[in-house]
Amino acid sequence: MNTRLLPYVLILPVTLFLCVFFVYPFILVAQEAFVADGALSLDNFRRVFGHWKFPLSLRNTLLLAAAVVPVQLGLALLMATMVNRMGRGRDLVLYIWTIPLGISDLAAGIIWLAIFEQSGFLNSMLHGLGLIDRPVNFLSYQHPGIVFLAIMLAEIWRATAIMLVILVAGIGLIPKEYYEAAEVFGATPWKRFLRITLPLLRPSLQTALVLRVILAFEVFAVVAALGGTLFPVLMGQTFVYQFELLDRGAAAAIALVILGISIGFTLVILRVLRVPKGARI
Amino acid sequence: MAEIQIRNVAKRFGEYQALRDINLTVADQEFMVLLGASGCGKTTLLRIIAGLETPTEGEVWIGERRVDHLAPRDRGIAMVFQNYAVFPHLTVFENIGFGLRMHRLPDEEVRKRVHRTAELMHIEELLGRYSGELSGGQRQRVAVARALAMEPDVILMDEPLSNLDALLRLEMRAELKGVLAESRTTAIYVTHDQVEAMSLADRISVMHQGRIVQAATPVEVYRNPAEKFVAGFIGNPPMNFLPARSVGEGQWEVAGITLAGPRSDRPGLDFAIRPEDVTPDPAGLAARVRVVEPLGPHLLVTCDVDGHMFRAILDSELSVAPGETLNLMPRPDRIRWFDPETEKAVS
Repeated sequence: MNTRLLPYVLILPVTLFLCVFFVYPFILVAQEAFVADGALSLDNFRRVFGHWKFPLSLRNTLLLAAAVVPVQLGLALLMATMVNRMGRGRDLVLYIWTIPLGISDLAAGIIWLAIFEQSGFLNSMLHGLGLIDRPVNFLSYQHPGIVFLAIMLAEIWRATAIMLVILVAGIGLIPKEYYEAAEVFGATPWKRFLRITLPLLRPSLQTALVLRVILAFEVFAVVAALGGTLFPVLMGQTFVYQFELLDRGAAAAIALVILGISIGFTLVILRVLRVPKGARI
Repeated sequence: MAEIQIRNVAKRFGEYQALRDINLTVADQEFMVLLGASGCGKTTLLRIIAGLETPTEGEVWIGERRVDHLAPRDRGIAMVFQNYAVFPHLTVFENIGFGLRMHRLPDEEVRKRVHRTAELMHIEELLGRYSGELSGGQRQRVAVARALAMEPDVILMDEPLSNLDALLRLEMRAELKGVLAESRTTAIYVTHDQVEAMSLADRISVMHQGRIVQAATPVEVYRNPAEKFVAGFIGNPPMNFLPARSVGEGQWEVAGITLAGPRSDRPGLDFAIRPEDVTPDPAGLAARVRVVEPLGPHLLVTCDVDGHMFRAILDSELSVAPGETLNLMPRPDRIRWFDPETEKAVS
């Protein structure tokens, strides 16, 4: 076969697959969002933006992402550094730390619900210790802070491992001699982390952050399980429009809003963490 | 002032004994080369001095301080790595200034020292570039400049020229020697290249199987190898060996001729002579020529003497062909003798 054509032939199946199951549905969704009553219009967006829950769910989504992602980044970096320094047992620890990755987000939400609900572990523990007389309903409208905290904890528990895995691989790619050189030339362990690990980890940090931030804007099941209607988020609103209000146009519009935010943040992350040409390993 | 003392240092990696009972003193401002084949422990010893490995036993002293329990950064050393380890995410300027910044020198001082060492290594025009935009030779210069900028008491070099091509290596070798002599630091330099060792060193420590076999000046190591290993390792081609049988009164029979040697009660010794220390002489060793290699300034002749391989470096005007027999007389003052059991030199 013609060697010039071969690469294109080889990527044809996956291109077709993506076109049929990604590009085509995406076009349909976009069409749905921008068309109302058979004509091109922004009515769907107006309706979505005009609803009193939209600013609230937008704020909640951004707030949650802002609270969760930095903590996860810090934790993942700490854990990755620790794993990287381990000799024996390294793989075992890594497997255990990545277990939450294998659990669906709804299941994760339910696990944390079992801790925080009125008859949950937290209440029985506090009662057992004599700190409370009767069970407290932590996940109620009276304790918005605790609802937020519970969602944050569940998200951190559930999705830190995805960053960890990427960062462990990235740290493993940094040649050992850079650390030795830094050590000889006077860098303390903390300085080595700041001046060698972090800058050389930029490509992996990009991937991990982009992935994690996008997932954070799509947060849904954990919030549904723990917060219910107390803590509306964008993806939850999409679900409500589509399946409860049966308003497909609005659901499509809000889905595009989420996509837009994700693309925006991705571009910012890629820009901030870019590696200058010639400065790559 | 930094004299380096290594006292009874040993290093084990699990079952493997990488270094055993190393004792070595490197004088202030001396250029010491650790020379040996791969796996002899030379890099391990250098890394122990740097603090990148801890010795299993023994002590390391730099100047008046015992340093083997100190972190590398507290030892007053700088190092040039085999693969340069020039940081890819920093410019050449920041690479050279890295150690200075880590020691919190004021910006002005950093700038001054970076420019001075960059000038010394002829890389002033590269200061704004990243390592990915440099050639191997330029990276090498950056690595050396980074070490020199520290103005360290001791500079350690781990095969710094081994990744350069032959011509560049020759150039850098001469330059390195000049720069280091000027900087008046104590230097320890690891290499497996004996020509490099001979040309750079004040003293060479020849290492073999985790031991220092001989530590002496290049000429001494070449002329008077302390052990048969050194005689067979140094020199290209290395020394020739022939078995010698005692005929009493310090006389030894070597491949049919009688030569004066040490008075020893051993029945046999190993006779050794460098290829360039033989001359054609009818009374010499009968050597059957196998291969003749004209190398320009001289001829390298590989012969067979009494069933043993024997190489001679002869005048290029001599006409000799394979199959002929030469008679080669060793220069009496250049003959060396080794005990075949202990492999040590006998005099």
